[in-house]
Amino acid sequence: MEENKYEGLNLPNYNIPEDIQNVVSITTIDRLYNWGRRWSVWPLMFGLACCAIEMIAAQTARYDMARFGMEVMRPTPRQADMMLVSGTVTKKMLPSIIRLYNQMPEPKYVVAMGACASSGGPFKEGYNVVAGIDKFLPVDVYIPGCPPTPQALIAGMIKLQEKIDKQSIKKVRWYEKGKVDSNYVPMPILGPDLIDVRRNTEIKQAAAAKEGA
Amino acid sequence: MYGKGILKGLGVTLKRFTDTYLEDISWWLRGKKRYYTEEGVAHRSSKNTRGIFTVQYPEEQLIQPEEFRYVPFLVYEEGADGKKEPRCTSCGICAKVCPPQCIWIVRTNNPQTGKPVPEPAEFYIDMDICMNCGFCAEYCPFDAIKMDHDFDIASYGRNVYNLEKLLKPASYYAEIRPLNYNREEEARKAKEAAKAAKADAAAPAAS
Amino acid sequence: MATALQTQTVDLVARFPEKVTADSRAGYSGFIVNKENLVEVATALRDEFGYDLLSNVTGVDYIAENKMEVVYHAFRTTGGPGLVFKVQVERVDPIELPSMVGIWAGAEYQEREIWDLYGIKFTDHPDLRRILLWEGFEGFPLRKDYKEGFFEEEAKPFKSRWPDGKHVFAEMKNPFRDNLKFPENFDPESYQPEDEKDLYASLERVSKPLTEGEMKTDHIVVNMGPHHPSTHGVLRVAVTLNGETITGLKPVMGYLHRNHDKIGERNTFLQIIPYTDRLDYFNSMANNFGYVTTVEKLMKIPVAERAEYIRVIMAEMSRIQNHLIFVGMLINDLGSMYTPSLYAFEERELILDIFEAVSGARMMCNYFRFGGVVRDVPEDAMQKIKDLVHDRLPAKIDEMERFLNQNEVLVARLTGVKVLNAEDAIRYSVTGPVLRAAGVPYDIRRADPYSVYDRFDFDVAVRYHGDMMDNYLIRFDEMRQSLRILEQALKQIPEGPINSQKPQYQVRVPAGEAYGRVESPKGELGFYVVSNGKPNPYRYHVRAPSFVNLTALETICSGSKIADFVAQLAMLDIVMGEVDR
Ligand code: SF4
Ligand code: SF4
Ligand code: SF4
Repeated sequence: MEENKYEGLNLPNYNIPEDIQNVVSITTIDRLYNWGRRWSVWPLMFGLACCAIEMIAAQTARYDMARFGMEVMRPTPRQADMMLVSGTVTKKMLPSIIRLYNQMPEPKYVVAMGACASSGGPFKEGYNVVAGIDKFLPVDVYIPGCPPTPQALIAGMIKLQEKIDKQSIKKVRWYEKGKVDSNYVPMPILGPDLIDVRRNTEIKQAAAAKEGA
Repeated sequence: MYGKGILKGLGVTLKRFTDTYLEDISWWLRGKKRYYTEEGVAHRSSKNTRGIFTVQYPEEQLIQPEEFRYVPFLVYEEGADGKKEPRCTSCGICAKVCPPQCIWIVRTNNPQTGKPVPEPAEFYIDMDICMNCGFCAEYCPFDAIKMDHDFDIASYGRNVYNLEKLLKPASYYAEIRPLNYNREEEARKAKEAAKAAKADAAAPAAS
Repeated sequence: MATALQTQTVDLVARFPEKVTADSRAGYSGFIVNKENLVEVATALRDEFGYDLLSNVTGVDYIAENKMEVVYHAFRTTGGPGLVFKVQVERVDPIELPSMVGIWAGAEYQEREIWDLYGIKFTDHPDLRRILLWEGFEGFPLRKDYKEGFFEEEAKPFKSRWPDGKHVFAEMKNPFRDNLKFPENFDPESYQPEDEKDLYASLERVSKPLTEGEMKTDHIVVNMGPHHPSTHGVLRVAVTLNGETITGLKPVMGYLHRNHDKIGERNTFLQIIPYTDRLDYFNSMANNFGYVTTVEKLMKIPVAERAEYIRVIMAEMSRIQNHLIFVGMLINDLGSMYTPSLYAFEERELILDIFEAVSGARMMCNYFRFGGVVRDVPEDAMQKIKDLVHDRLPAKIDEMERFLNQNEVLVARLTGVKVLNAEDAIRYSVTGPVLRAAGVPYDIRRADPYSVYDRFDFDVAVRYHGDMMDNYLIRFDEMRQSLRILEQALKQIPEGPINSQKPQYQVRVPAGEAYGRVESPKGELGFYVVSNGKPNPYRYHVRAPSFVNLTALETICSGSKIADFVAQLAMLDIVMGEVDR
């Protein structure tokens, strides 16, 4: 499966007898599985900020993401395959985003669209801004730009499709035994500042080490 | 009559629908290709566009205006032995003007004298902070940093570009922004000519 | 045309000797009112002098003088320049001031914002809770002594970037390795987060009590958002329902609070321009316009003649594009998904093509500079603007009208459903199309002209019912008027330089204050800028129309059916980037 680069559904290096070439095609399960998934990535209908407008623009007539099977924007996370984090992630919003992510069924992908979602972007220094959604969610594709133009977004989506192509049904986390919730992210808490509960001890130590001054 | 308004509206959608095919036929009759050609894309972005409006990226691409900006890059001149000679003098103006402060420059110092040398030792731009504002390109006095047209830069990791990744040849710049490039070249030549003339004028006086 | 009433100056000092003094700081204007007499003076301003619209309230922290100041900008809906008055208090907690909500209801959310960010208590405010941040947040971030987790230096440019700018992630400099800040010895494990009982308590307060003979039923609390397809971004609305009727409603915002003001105070004057793009991200041109006009006021520099026209052209194109999207999105919210908005987006794309050609970016234009614009409009782009304005857009707006405006379902949904009447609209400081649809012909382009708007012949669009249908139709009227302005501007535009200043990255702004406002497609977009002569502003505040208009949402919706709620919200045409900033 090493050369598993996408080359259409058929396995090209297998000789199919000429007379049945147009009725038979040979593929691997991986390929069929990935082919099905890559053309039906349903995004969560979920916009955060300015980037969301370009995401909407990418859905409209001129760019038409339907050509990639990505036009079915699902308002509920239960039916979505991909979370397109389109915009600035604020501390106040973060718990809702994590909750949405946890509700998405596997396989699920996260795409960080724009500078803000990738690292906080121009607002990184702000007191209410999370410096990148990758602090909490596993991001699959980063799309730089502020905002990425719809074409750049589609280019990013093609990157995501390529990533899907490389996955193998034998190794993906959602079929591994005993690891159903491998991607569950504990909910952060809004306290005096954002509390990432996975880092409680670290925070406690750092807060104690700050000394009187 | 109740329902007239709805019918009228449906008429509009029907017209939009048929327009696509009428336009197709008219292009076909004129013996021109409507799809996957620059002419077709240009027509679809003009005031006369009718019917289908989709530009099928990546097979076709929108025609980018010269001023289109995405992320910045550094311009280098090709030296004699293929060496990259960045135009940048590490004057630091772009780092100062950058609104989110995402440019990091280490200036080269002469190891002997410790005096600054006009060339960057290290140059970083955090592309995941850059807000594509274009200020760096606008205020760089040496035309050393410019805004790129290439938007296909999505990746599987964070993007902090270093000097090597930022450098692109001047020929590339001339290709994406011909008007700007020529204007700047002319200005530079004029300036050099003026300087030479001044030197010429000053030389006899000095000797 | 200024009438006598518009130009009549107000001498508050003569009217209230002892209680009011003129603000005599260099570069400042207006009056300073004693804290004790604030309510009295404000009432007189509204009732005697006719300043019926309190458009902007904001705070300033003068830490060196150990003072906090609250600044009020009041205007007359009949037009004319505004009046500034301020009140100063000692900077010692608890800082308390009387609330203006009883006089101008539009102060409600703005005062909550001041409480949230400055920690100034408004004593008789009906519902003083944090608005942009959450209950439990530590500190008041806009105070000058507040330092956030990634704090690096007081002002940009930061010294660490050059000449020895080894790249380090900001995380590495923070003890918590992230954009965090906790009080000393904070223990996250034993921390009990505050719940939202205050929010629900305030909902209960606003819910209408039962009238005599009404059956007692349980009210249901419904939370819509922040993840909801029809709240136009990350707005959350908590409503109480009696059956299907809305009895109480509170918007909860701050889910996109990006600390625009705080970052702005650190930026240089120039660096703020691209940040303003990201306020109302549909109309970056209009935002640029408002900001540069304000700073030009402070700098007292002229604007190049050609640039003035280019600015107007861009702002009006932006308005058309915004209203088209408004129509598309409204129909989406009403449940007729996609087709109208797809049509609207088509025209928007063509307009954005022009923005891209002149400025380089589709949405975040960053096109205006102090004294002019960045670059001239290229020949082909100018031709395209003419093509659109003369041929395409009028026809397409007509088509949109044919497509929708007689649709029986739409007409039935919109006609007669209330939005706001004139009195309420003014009381709540609502501006923009919503105010005009209620019958108040208040348009800043006419009432207090800026740029070259006084040279164009156009009508202020007004409609009188104040219902959803009028709010919807007025957008079409405004697009038509914009086209009229555009036609004239394209005819009159002179040749010449596009900037009165040399391009420079450090601008000198003399000390002083200025409040500039423009008619953005959503309403009055104001900027309050205080300079102390340094390269970065001392105070930078955005008076966002979407934010202030939301104050009226409760009044708009209470008594309506929940099914109409999304449409009523859509009428306000809010953008979260601007609401939360
Ligand atoms: S990356 Fe830029 S355009 Fe996108 S949300 Fe952030 S500020 Fe807005
Ligand atoms: S402004 Fe231009 S020359 Fe100066 S450091 Fe930046 S890129 Fe180099
Ligand atoms: S485009 Fe703007 S944000 Fe990006 S590096 Fe240049 S100045 Fe900085």
